[in-house]
Amino acid sequence: MNPKEFIARRAAKELLDGNVVNLGIGLPTMIADYVDKNQDVTFQSENGIMGLGKKAEPGEEDYELTNAGGQPVTIRPGAMFFDSATSFGIIRGGHVDVTVLGALEVSQNGDIANWKIPGKMVPGMGGAMDLISGAKRVIVAMIHTQKGAPKIKRECNLPLTAAGKVTDIITEMAVFKITDRGLVMTEIAPDTTIEDVKNATDADLIVSKNLSVIKI
Amino acid sequence: MNKIISAEKAADLVKDGDTVMIGGFMSCGAPHLLIDKIHKKNVKNLTVISNDTGFAEDTEHNKAGIGKLIVNKHIAHMITSHIGTNKETGRQMNSGETKVSLIPQGTMAEQIRAAGCGLGGILTQTGLKTEVEEGKEKLVIDGKEYLLEKPLKGDVALLKGAVVDKKGNIFYSKTGRNFNPLMAMACKTVIVEADRIVEVGEIDPDSVVTSHIFIDYIVDGRIR
Repeated sequence: MNPKEFIARRAAKELLDGNVVNLGIGLPTMIADYVDKNQDVTFQSENGIMGLGKKAEPGEEDYELTNAGGQPVTIRPGAMFFDSATSFGIIRGGHVDVTVLGALEVSQNGDIANWKIPGKMVPGMGGAMDLISGAKRVIVAMIHTQKGAPKIKRECNLPLTAAGKVTDIITEMAVFKITDRGLVMTEIAPDTTIEDVKNATDADLIVSKNLSVIKI
Repeated sequence: MNKIISAEKAADLVKDGDTVMIGGFMSCGAPHLLIDKIHKKNVKNLTVISNDTGFAEDTEHNKAGIGKLIVNKHIAHMITSHIGTNKETGRQMNSGETKVSLIPQGTMAEQIRAAGCGLGGILTQTGLKTEVEEGKEKLVIDGKEYLLEKPLKGDVALLKGAVVDKKGNIFYSKTGRNFNPLMAMACKTVIVEADRIVEVGEIDPDSVVTSHIFIDYIVDGRIR
């Protein structure tokens, strides 16, 4: 299984019955495909959908029904549309239970950087700052390193998207919780050692007493 | 009062140096005909407020949208939340050809809403402890810190409606709604491009999202 699918399958287990969830572009979007069918999860899309469904099948695209990446999508029964102020009222007002997004860097105290590499790539923050500020849980789902360089660090070097807001990190190597004690590794991937994770992480790592193997 | 005008006449209402709000989200719900006419008229030095800067060129399904105004240098100052889908915006920003102000999407929506609703600004925690807070006033309310974000208003709003009646009442289709209803209230002159124009009374009042009182002009989007 490729690492992105592994991450998406593990992250999907965090989405529970009754949750309102906003998924970021890229890897996080894949998570919707792996949510347990018995869990009634409602997906929000910040361009104005409550009840986002799957990507539109070829030949069935409607370009007035798109996701936040501009791609044609479908909706689920019981969906609704709204304007951008309502959409971000839902987000900022604490009505989104979980947001899952990618990151360029995450710090051990929950800072996140994912909108700008000065001088190189400046896509803009879009809705990410509002989502991270407003969602009850902020899960970062990402490949553990960038070309071998750790992305989980003591402090972020890149401009922050938000400070101290990340609650969980899920990578192909491990699952972490960000707690008052610091960065706690709660699960580890099969065939991965604690030493492997430490070598790929530039942070003070606390290994949970109840460390278990990631099951997907 | 007849509000229906040609797209060319509508473009004449946009003057060099104006602040223009343009509805749409990644080109969905954007007034493509009006954008084309402004490009043809070669209006210069615009300040444009819009969610994103669309795409660098038209593709089979996605129209360039505001991307056309970026590529052809009609814009002096772009106020937006996301430029990642149009590399030309980033290039012009880095070279200094175009000023680009990036603001969080939810903050932008509320700033536009504030301007249209007579509010002096909004307080938000979005952007705290990031570059966004630089130069902005902070207030502590009930022990929590907030950024003061001021209203964003414009000279002209260019909107897109799916069905518009002859008075200007607007029904939007699906995700084409986005920033359009907010911008309708935040600008001095408001023009809506309609996919379809119908008689007054044909839109169920429960389905009207933007009232005709905000709309000055209607352009038939089917007449190219």
